[in-house]
Amino acid sequence: MYGNTHITEEEAKRLNTIDEDPEKLQAFEERIANGEKIEPGDWMPKEYRRQLLRMIEQHAHSEIVGALPEGTWITRAPNFRRKLALIAKVQDEIGHGQLLYSAAETLGKTREQMLEDLLNGKSKYSNVFNYPAVTWADVAVIGFLVDGAAIVNQVINSKGSYGPYCRALERICYEESFHLKQGHDNVVYLATGTAKQRSMLQEAINRWYRPLLHFFGPPDRTSQHSEKLMKWKVKLASNDDMRNQFLDQYVPKIWELGITFPDPNLKKNNDGIWEFSDPDWDEFKRVINGGGPCNKERLEVRKYAEEAGRWVRNALMNPSEKYTIPLA
Amino acid sequence: MNTTALKELLYKMADDALIIGHRNSEWTGIGPMLEEDLAFSSMAQDKIGHALALYKILNELLGEESPDKIAFLRDENKFKCCHLVELPIGEYDFSLIRHFLFDHAEAIRYEMLSHSSFTPLAQLAKKVKGEIKYHTMHADSFLKQLAKGNEESKARMQSALNFAFPYALGIFEKGDNESELIKENIFAGEDELKKQWLQKIRPIIESAGLKLPKVEESAIKYGGRKGFHTEHLKTLLDEMCEVTRLEPTAEW
Amino acid sequence: MSNNQINSLDPRVNRLDLSRLKEGKVHTNTHLITWEVFHLEKRGKQAVHVGVVHAPNPEMALLMAKETFGRRGKTANLWVAKTSNVYTFNMQDEDMFETTPEKTFRDPAAYRVRDRIEAYREKHNL
Repeated sequence: MYGNTHITEEEAKRLNTIDEDPEKLQAFEERIANGEKIEPGDWMPKEYRRQLLRMIEQHAHSEIVGALPEGTWITRAPNFRRKLALIAKVQDEIGHGQLLYSAAETLGKTREQMLEDLLNGKSKYSNVFNYPAVTWADVAVIGFLVDGAAIVNQVINSKGSYGPYCRALERICYEESFHLKQGHDNVVYLATGTAKQRSMLQEAINRWYRPLLHFFGPPDRTSQHSEKLMKWKVKLASNDDMRNQFLDQYVPKIWELGITFPDPNLKKNNDGIWEFSDPDWDEFKRVINGGGPCNKERLEVRKYAEEAGRWVRNALMNPSEKYTIPLA
Repeated sequence: MNTTALKELLYKMADDALIIGHRNSEWTGIGPMLEEDLAFSSMAQDKIGHALALYKILNELLGEESPDKIAFLRDENKFKCCHLVELPIGEYDFSLIRHFLFDHAEAIRYEMLSHSSFTPLAQLAKKVKGEIKYHTMHADSFLKQLAKGNEESKARMQSALNFAFPYALGIFEKGDNESELIKENIFAGEDELKKQWLQKIRPIIESAGLKLPKVEESAIKYGGRKGFHTEHLKTLLDEMCEVTRLEPTAEW
Repeated sequence: MSNNQINSLDPRVNRLDLSRLKEGKVHTNTHLITWEVFHLEKRGKQAVHVGVVHAPNPEMALLMAKETFGRRGKTANLWVAKTSNVYTFNMQDEDMFETTPEKTFRDPAAYRVRDRIEAYREKHNL
């Protein structure tokens, strides 16, 4: 599961001053324009490598941190079917992290360096995982809507230019379709269940509405935009376009259950564009900068996993074996 | 066929599988490395799957409640799991040693049951054989490498083994009706299982450079098969059943 | 020492001894080597490269590959090869292969004689 990449003003500037061999750059850009993929051994602009690495790395972090909110309920799933599905689903998030770290490694940064940057706060993960899963119904909403949002993003990104990332995303999207189905199933059971189950669901939807709008990043009119990243097929759709696609696909699926979103202004206009109230972008910034309800917990738990697992990895390590960058 | 004895066997096997599966699933997302996180989680899912299959036999052929009711709405003293599976996950050394000790017993138990006169159990035993093969292969590999890894890992594995062993011997606590099972060729009995288990694990442990504690010096943790449990089981069940019990008659 | 224990909604997290975490930077020091994984879906098919696992040796690489790449669908076998033992051309040398698709004399589709046979048969009333 993952949100969208956001670039800072400084990064946008860097992207506008590309200092590369013009001939190589031209061949590179032509290849991408022709719809061909870039593979690990290829020449690539430094800035392409840097942006891509940042993006895949953040995506990988989002997977392993994203395992935690739903993991909150892993010991409490209410029957065999849900218990097996939830364990398998949280497991998949770790599996996706594994695939994405491997894809990122082909760009020249080790998994350990990436984890170190995550744990030391140098590298970000998707904001949405800094919110708590308060009840069992939150698991249903995450499984259906957060994964739904992530799939919108990942399907689009799987058409990108970097081969290893596309391959990882294809596999991930295939697995995510199970997540979506089981999430929808869970939502539908709550919505069509007892009054208590329905109200649990409604409350969870109310909690996740804003984080879901935040998921794709700030509106296009206020966010840094880079033609270069679009041209290089690192970024393939704007924040607003993806958010609109998500609302279009998923809002009706909640409404048809007689469940509402906590926003009287949420509606689809005649031109196909969804309207909604301002979801408080200041809060979005606050949470990104560490002020969310679970930022501290998420990192502490990942640090614990790192520290508690260290002796295992140390014991397995053979120092005479030298690490090489994986092939693909 | 003596259904009381049969139910006794199925319940203890299913409860063991459910509780160890539940415990091991607690590692999902926080394991020591990503690939091992996946492997350990899959094995936990397998165990919960085995529990489900056994509860289904109880439900469909022996008139017991549905698997979900048995697992999520039964009182603690009705559970027949051994104490080994109830203990919290602790550190990875304990979880791995428990996995090693328990899964070797499971592998032999299912191998014995593949010749059971109770056909549904014999069929299940054949079906899960491959899954359990991976579980023991995984356990053996980790045991060997961590025992030989470095001083710290060796010491950790030995002390986890010393701690877990008396609990593991509790796996082989007999039920009240075991003689019926033996007589009717349903199951050859816990003594036979324990004998084969010791024969199997001793050389693996010794070749890894660890010492198997002496059986006769172990204070074996009995009681689970009779419904007497450690304090951990109650906590585990309260947690596991928390959502179900919000609305016990609802469909979740 | 971490100064405040987190009160988590996740009972698992509340059981973790987070107090063992030290203040300051975390250093990750172990780099297990990587293995390229090949998946054989069923007997009679070809093994296909599916990705990478980190593991200390072949035995563990296989154990790890099973659940990383074989936890859905069918699998008959998995192969692993140490990344450093897999040799490739440079991507820049792809041009060596550029004209290969043009070498249609190697292609069965380049040998179509049906029209010629029909024409001959028509001409000679066969």
